This record gives sequence, structure tokens and C-alpha cells, in this order.
Amino acid sequence: MEYNGYVTEERIEGAADGPLADKTVAVKDNISTADVRTTCGSAMLEDYVPPYDATVVERLKAAGATITGKTNMDEFGMGTTTETSAFGPTDNPAAPGHVPGGSSGGSAAVVAAGDADLALGSDTGGSVRCPAAFCGVVGIKPTYGLVSRYGLVAYANSLEQIGPIAPSVEAAAELLSVIAGPDERDATTRDATRAGSDYDYAAAADGDVSGMTIGIPTELRDGADEAVREVFRAAVEDLESQGAETVAVDLPSVEHAVEAYYVIAMSEASSNLARFDGVRYGASASETAGEVDGDWNEAFAAVREAGFGDEVKRRVLLGTYALSAGYHDKYYEKAQDARAWVQQDFDDALEEADVLASPTMPVPPFEQGESLEDPMTMYLADANTVPVNLANLPAISVPAGETDDGLPVGLQFVGPAFGEHAIVRAGSALA
Amino acid sequence: MSDSAVDPEEVHHVAGLARIALDDDDAERFAHQFQDILAAFETLDEVPEVEQDADLANVMRPDEERPCLDREDALRNAPEHEDGYFTGPRVS
Repeated sequence: MEYNGYVTEERIEGAADGPLADKTVAVKDNISTADVRTTCGSAMLEDYVPPYDATVVERLKAAGATITGKTNMDEFGMGTTTETSAFGPTDNPAAPGHVPGGSSGGSAAVVAAGDADLALGSDTGGSVRCPAAFCGVVGIKPTYGLVSRYGLVAYANSLEQIGPIAPSVEAAAELLSVIAGPDERDATTRDATRAGSDYDYAAAADGDVSGMTIGIPTELRDGADEAVREVFRAAVEDLESQGAETVAVDLPSVEHAVEAYYVIAMSEASSNLARFDGVRYGASASETAGEVDGDWNEAFAAVREAGFGDEVKRRVLLGTYALSAGYHDKYYEKAQDARAWVQQDFDDALEEADVLASPTMPVPPFEQGESLEDPMTMYLADANTVPVNLANLPAISVPAGETDDGLPVGLQFVGPAFGEHAIVRAGSALA
Repeated sequence: MSDSAVDPEEVHHVAGLARIALDDDDAERFAHQFQDILAAFETLDEVPEVEQDADLANVMRPDEERPCLDREDALRNAPEHEDGYFTGPRVS
């Protein structure tokens, strides 16, 4: 496939009947599929074949979906461009020569190219919404706890959710209904009906925003490129012409959201990725290092040097640093304070509005290779998406139009916890 | 930001804690990249103390025996195993 959307193309047939019986679904390669290799975009797991299905994969199969394969991604979900994959970058079918976004870039690309009807991604700090925005498709990051993470190879457990990617809001909502709901194998899942919601999300895709109050966080709008703001402004006018009311809201805490997100995500990653030592799975210590002159730690270190790419090493090292003696209070504790502050800010803003709207990404898709050498520039591109993960809230990215250069721009709606219906309704007014 | 500056030696120390071998070029490069990133992390100092009242509840289940992964499946991805056990790397 010329745009490199899949790491592994292999069909997995689902049940004969079900709501997805005539649908093909691509699955991000960090979601476990029994007997089909699951690489996480890493050389470390090049040959890893899970012995079990993730809960979401069980639910896809039970719903009748045909899985088309495992999609390319930034290594272990760590990236905003799908360029950190050990299996090469993915091109953007909606803007060739540009990145598809990340980390679920392969999932958004195969949907944009029409090679799968739907796809699953995972979103730790924007990894579903960013590629949806860059590829001109729809992506939903569910409320934390709505979708089971059992079988999702962990990057940062307290932040991530599996979410749907689709050509339309209605189709994304239908896929969300299939994967949502409590799972006894993931104790962080919650039953949405106990939060006053229900699982028929597609029913909310009626495009009726008349009387809806849409809050616009000035901090998330004003940080965006002019080309992006222009498309965003036109989309907001469109919503107003359909009867929505817009109000400006303030989220002063988001100034620190990117830093807080990276401290928390890297810290969790440093712990989660400790399991890759070449003993239970992963590259073989003996093959990588031969007989090591030293102790087991040195053998593990040699496997991890060979198996991890640069971005993964950077995040594991920074996470280890942030949790190490003398720095824990300075970085990790402060990041938790910032996270609580972001949560309060969103709660307050959502008192004034039904949903919040912002550009999904502050920039249009990067050109291939543009940002790899400067990690901090890449991290700052996540400014509008990471606050939502810190706040555990649901968000949707819908296509809002294109820049004058023909590059896709996404608009993000954020809703209250378990308020998926509200963001689906708002999104369906645009796509 | 002298406070947050890391030198290649410190990168080597952290890499040791993280069990990742690095050559000197990598340590040099990471030390340079970490300047900007740690300088950004420093700004978290401006964050006020915030009361964290997470709405959490323990999720319990009876401690009952249930089926789990069988040994053969659990060993399937191990680069080396012997007599039903994982094999650690050979070291001198």
C-alpha cells in the first residue's frame, strides 16, 4: 500500500450478524489481536503475537465487523506524526507529502483513503483527534472509563482511551456504541447509564444545534495559526447560523497543560515500558547482545537500546528523571496539581456552556520530516488536545474545512463527563 | 535555567536507572534536547496547589479461581524458554 497505512494486513472475520456485519474496521497496532501480530510500531515487538483479544476486538467481532489489519502508528503511541514508527512513516491521503498526524496516523489514513470503512485508534493526548483532523475525518476520544483498555498495550494508563475514527459523525458514533461499556477486566471502566447517559450515540447525530450553547476557550483559539483560525471562525459562524449560541470562556490553567501532560505521560510510560526486557517477549537478549559481559541489567539495557527508537528512549528517560529521588515533588506532584486545576477549569466552563469548541490542532498538517528533530515543537502541537485527557472528558474532532493551501483543519468539541451525546450532536451539525 | 540543566553524565545516570544503554553521542544529543523540555517543565512551579478530590471508588470482586492464560500461550512469545519457564539472558 503506497501510503503505508498498515503494519500488518490480515483479515479477521467477525460474527455473521450484528450492527457492523457489512463493515470493515482497521485496528491500531497497539490493540491486541489474538494470533495476529501486534507491534505497537516498535522493533521491540516486531514478532509479538498476542495470545488473546483486547475487549474492543472481541466486541468488534461479536458485532459482525471484518477487521482488515493492524494500522501504523508512532512507536508505542509516542508522537504526533506517525513518523516515529519502526515500520516507516505513513503518508496523508488527504494531503500527500504531509504527515497524517499521530499517533493513530495509520487508522485515520486508511479511513481517509477508503481502504477501511472505520478504524480504532487510541488517544492518550490527542492521538485519535489529531490524525482525524489532519486526514479530514472524524475521531472521538471517549470519557475516561467509557471504553475498556483491556488488551491495549499501555503507554499512560491514567490518560488513554480507545476511540473510533470514521468518515462521518454518525458512523463514528455507531462504532463507539459497539466498543463502549463496562468490562470486568478493566476496573477503570464505568457504566455510562449510571452517569445518566445511554449507549445509543448515533441517535444524537441529528445535527440539531438550535439553542445549544457553545463555549469558546479563548486560550485554545488564540494560540492557533491564522490559517487555522480562519477556518475555525467560518465553522463557528456556520454553527451560529444553525441556531447555536456562542460564548467566550476562560481556561487559564491550560497554559500549563502541555508540560503537565508530558510529565505525567512520560512518568507513566517509564514504568509501563519497563516490561520490555527481552525475556517474556520482545527482541532476544542473547541475539541482540550475545553473551553479555556483566549482569542482567546490562543485558536488559542492551535489548532496550536496540529495540526502542529515539522518541521512546527520550520519554522513558525523562519519565525516569521526573520520578527519581529529588525531582518527584518538583515535577510529578506539580503536574498532578496542574491536572486537578485543568479539571476544575473545564468543570467551570461547562457550567456556562453545553460543549466547548476549539481548533483540534493549532497548526495544519506538517510536511513529512519537518518536526522530527525538534521534540519540543512537536509536543507544543498537542496544546489543544492534551487538556481534555488531563480532564478525563470526551471530545470529538470533525472536519471544519481546508486552509487556502488545501490542508484539512479539524474542529474539536469537548463535552462533560459521559456527555458523548452532546459532542456527537454538535459535531453532526458540521460533518 | 541552570537549575534544570542536565549534562551527558546525568543522562547516562538516568539511562542506567531506566535500563537503556546509550552511547556517548546519544547522551550528548539527549542532554541538549532535554534543556528545552526541562525548562518547560520548570514552569509548573507557577501552578498553585490545587485540592485534588478525585471521585474514586474501589472496584472489588470475589477472589475466586478462574481460567487464565495457559503456560504454553504465556511462553509463546518468549525468545527463550526451558522446561516451562522463561529463560533469562546469559551473563558472565
